[in-house]
Amino acid sequence: MKENSGGRTAPQEGNGVEQERRRRRQADTPDSPVLRFGADEPLRLQSGVLLAPWQIAYQTYGALNADRSNAVLVCHALTGDQHAANVHPVTGRPGWWESMIGPGKPIDTEKFFIICANVVGGCMGTTGPASTDPATGRAFGLDLPLITIPDMVRSQAMLLDRLGIETLFAVIGGSMGGMQVLAWGAMYPERVFAAIPIAASSRHSSQNIAFGEVGRQAIMADPDWCEGRYLECGTNPRKGLAVARMAAHITYMSDASLHRKFGRNLQDRDAVTFGFDADFQIESYLRHQGSSFVDRFDANSYLYVTRAMDYFDLAVDHGGVLARAFLGTRTRWCVVSFTTDWLFPTAESRAVVHALNAAAANVSFVEIESDRGHDAFLLDEPEFFATVRGFLAGAARARGIAGPAAEAA
Amino acid sequence: MSTLAVGEKRVDFRVVAELVAPGSRVLDVGCGEGELLELLAIEKNVDGRGIELSQAGVNRSVARGLSVIQGDADRDLGAYPDDAFDYVILSQTLQATQRPRVVLEHLLRIGHRAVVSFPNFGHVRVRLGLLFRGRMPVSENMPYSWYDTPNIHYCTIGDFLDLCAELNARVEKAVALDAKGDRIAETAPNWYRNLFGAQAVFLLSR
Repeated sequence: MKENSGGRTAPQEGNGVEQERRRRRQADTPDSPVLRFGADEPLRLQSGVLLAPWQIAYQTYGALNADRSNAVLVCHALTGDQHAANVHPVTGRPGWWESMIGPGKPIDTEKFFIICANVVGGCMGTTGPASTDPATGRAFGLDLPLITIPDMVRSQAMLLDRLGIETLFAVIGGSMGGMQVLAWGAMYPERVFAAIPIAASSRHSSQNIAFGEVGRQAIMADPDWCEGRYLECGTNPRKGLAVARMAAHITYMSDASLHRKFGRNLQDRDAVTFGFDADFQIESYLRHQGSSFVDRFDANSYLYVTRAMDYFDLAVDHGGVLARAFLGTRTRWCVVSFTTDWLFPTAESRAVVHALNAAAANVSFVEIESDRGHDAFLLDEPEFFATVRGFLAGAARARGIAGPAAEAA
Repeated sequence: MSTLAVGEKRVDFRVVAELVAPGSRVLDVGCGEGELLELLAIEKNVDGRGIELSQAGVNRSVARGLSVIQGDADRDLGAYPDDAFDYVILSQTLQATQRPRVVLEHLLRIGHRAVVSFPNFGHVRVRLGLLFRGRMPVSENMPYSWYDTPNIHYCTIGDFLDLCAELNARVEKAVALDAKGDRIAETAPNWYRNLFGAQAVFLLSR
């Protein structure tokens, strides 16, 4: 395997139309490697539906070692994608986890072979609602069957089978990526040596589902959504998707971080305007987050992937007892949470840890002090990096492979 | 949760390390920054886990590659199944727990054997200090003043033996260390060890 097999070319700065065209192209023909599975290799969905043909888009970094024991699977969050550590082909911005993945970094590209795949239901090249339905020649839209977190994991397992990787040295991810890590540990314990679920939970809480529903209703209330057929109508529910993102974005931050960053500061003005313009910096910031998100994400994908998170409840799949999901596990676990994360609070991680303890699993649990809320897992948090680095170094020693240096250079 | 200054290897660590069989499964309750776990991993090749109350201790333990969770001996031991470990170690932590008896019961349930070390409140200096100065003891082994100590349940070696008898715990080995950290002969009678032992390390089984 060669390094950085994905496209590294940065897109030229283009106008919105050009970026939109580039984004839509990703759904079927992504700017990254893609594996296609034919009618004889369906993806068996949790709903019972067989999805075929289907495809999965992914990126890899680093090199696979001779005995194929150094593979690390990175699972992305709700609005992430496979471009974890390379320039994004649509936005031209750096990968979403370049702080974590790279030479000498905790997920060291000089030691590990790193794989990151776009989730099923996504819009960056793995089969999702924006992909062309081979049966009709038009986009799936809402004709795509519902996708679950275990479905995402199963698709990744099929990708690994194709790549000839029997066991993963580690699987790691935050938020929805952390849910996938938990599902990996429960579904394929013998294939996972070490697992790092970050800022995650074994199930979506009622509050989480409520926020998801607000986002979905915002999208579906936009007339440009066209009952999910906007690609054929030549429209795009920009406003609905932007509002969904704005609401969700609030849940990724903490009261303290919002206050520190914006307070009640006014946006380019000395006094309020007595109108509904974005007087406050926080309003302007959220509007920007909303509109820039629309430029890189598909509205129907947002419906599918948030729904997958809502449906996730690992205990229910194991007779209502979470510990049963992990019985007999030999995986080394490192559960990480952040103090001000109120979307996936520490209590949720602690429940996972208790279940792992009850299954007599090998588990570490670290709560990182941070005032940046849920998003902290994507940000520069030195103690968090030290944890991941130390855990991976220890696990690599136990696995008998080269790991990251115990201390950052 | 550990009450002794961390730095050079504590003398009770050496005793604990001798009591633990090579290659065994070990849970260290109140593991601090993981010094004992690391020592056991290196010298005894154990499969070690830890619980530590202080987040800083946990983070440092995990960063050095140890399997440690943030947790409370009083609250979180219930989540562990019976017989999950060969040894459960409670090193200089018993006296800081809310319910030492319940904690000790959990240790004996979770592990085939329990290793417990604690400072001895029956030591001659403590007794004389109370007798002549009328003040709570502050020493190398008990470094806190009464008003800010995390150690809320001090006991003597004699008290601990009584509790073991109540719980039907078998004392497989009892090592007392004098104020200089030297071992008191195992042939010495209990009253002598209770008087001159500054700290004690017990190996218990059900």
